[in-house]
Amino acid sequence: MTVVGGGLVGAAIAYGAARMGMHVCVLDQGDTAFRASRGNFGLVWVQSKGHRSPRYARWSRDAVKLWPALQKELLELTGIDAGLRQPGGFWLGFSDAEMRARFELLEGLDRQVGEIPFRMMDRSELQEYLPETGPTVAGGSFCPLDGHANPLMLLHGLHAALRLKGAEVITGIDIEQVRYDPGNAGFDVIASDGQRWKSERLVLAAGLGNAHLARQVGLHVPVTSTRGQVLITERLKPFLNYPTNKIRQTGDGTVQVGSTSEDVGLDDGTTTDKIEWLARRAVATFPVLARARLVRAWGALRPLTPDGLPIYQASVSCPGAYVATSHSGVSLAAAHSFVIGPWTCGYIERPPEFDVFLGDRFLDPNASFSHDH
Amino acid sequence: MQAFLMITEPLFAIPRSSELETVTITFEGESLTVPAGVSVAAALLVGGVRDFRSSAVGQAPRAPYCMMGVCFECLVEIDGVPARQSCIVTVQDGMEVRRQVGAASLDYVSFGKRS
Repeated sequence: MTVVGGGLVGAAIAYGAARMGMHVCVLDQGDTAFRASRGNFGLVWVQSKGHRSPRYARWSRDAVKLWPALQKELLELTGIDAGLRQPGGFWLGFSDAEMRARFELLEGLDRQVGEIPFRMMDRSELQEYLPETGPTVAGGSFCPLDGHANPLMLLHGLHAALRLKGAEVITGIDIEQVRYDPGNAGFDVIASDGQRWKSERLVLAAGLGNAHLARQVGLHVPVTSTRGQVLITERLKPFLNYPTNKIRQTGDGTVQVGSTSEDVGLDDGTTTDKIEWLARRAVATFPVLARARLVRAWGALRPLTPDGLPIYQASVSCPGAYVATSHSGVSLAAAHSFVIGPWTCGYIERPPEFDVFLGDRFLDPNASFSHDH
Repeated sequence: MQAFLMITEPLFAIPRSSELETVTITFEGESLTVPAGVSVAAALLVGGVRDFRSSAVGQAPRAPYCMMGVCFECLVEIDGVPARQSCIVTVQDGMEVRRQVGAASLDYVSFGKRS
């Protein structure tokens, strides 16, 4: 099997295939790539996901429940700690109206999907969990399934695990063409420098590159991007015991502050106005952060479909070709390894009710789409 | 660990001249007379300090590396404010400087004694 893309999605799927005995070759683009996997926020998150798609909510819920097994397996196999912590997580609201809307959203999800427990907390109860919360915070919602991880260590761990399972991981490869050869029932994957790889199976997990590659094997994958800028502080003594969806303290002590959603094409830079906006919101949330020093800000591009949900699809015209695209490479990592990986090998059936994740949904001329980013 | 804290023969020196203005600061309570107008990091190095802080991760002793505000190796506590980059703060008479022990805490009380 050839996997195009060595980011979190490609590496997780490739590892899931390799651990089942498949011979896997991962082709990674190298430092010219946009590399969403190296710029993301690191949440392992369920609450409020899929509020327009119960199947996506269930998929996210099941994925975070699989995460501890992936964390343990990577640690035992490679010695690399992906940093998973699942103490539960908070969304914070700044007005009663926001709190009411949040309650309705989470209650609707719980009713439709089930087993995504949540608890609304007023300001005083919230402060038992997050004592540094500022006076403008009205309250919050807590979901015990939420958590966070270290995305860089996860990626490092997946790559190390791939090599230990006998997979090849080749970097600095810019794939331009993928061809199906029905005579040999196989695929030719061709790089810009003329190098070629042949395989019976092909998984496209190339993030923003998927749109252009998937078309060549009969798959419709309209992926665009939004930019997220994030900030990170100096290392601080632990003071946030729970991640929130916008601010979290990492295992190293740094505090990560996210994130913007900007439609700026392929520009992954930073801007002073957005850095200031993020910093002001962080200080309003936790006033003690006014004393923290920022050490870096960066931008990264989320590969997004028009409705913000993933695409998982097998090609009909080119059997053996699959595409996977998602902007939740951390939250969904364990599901990508333990479910999508074996599916792309042909070892298990496609999970039930996965038609909602077909790229073909975007071919319906009468449908309209929107996403939360 | 105590051995690292000792102020020893300096690795660096500024040529003595009669016109050299000096200021007096303390490091871990010990008085140091250092050239005026230089950075806190330069002043401490000239004063013989080698161990500026302990690593937030491994507790190992650390000293300045880049001397230009990039590497964050030279962090010290200045007048009660933790984790300041001593290479980009100009030394001032009466400054109280301490080692930065591990990660900074945000709940310090002597905030803003000196701008």
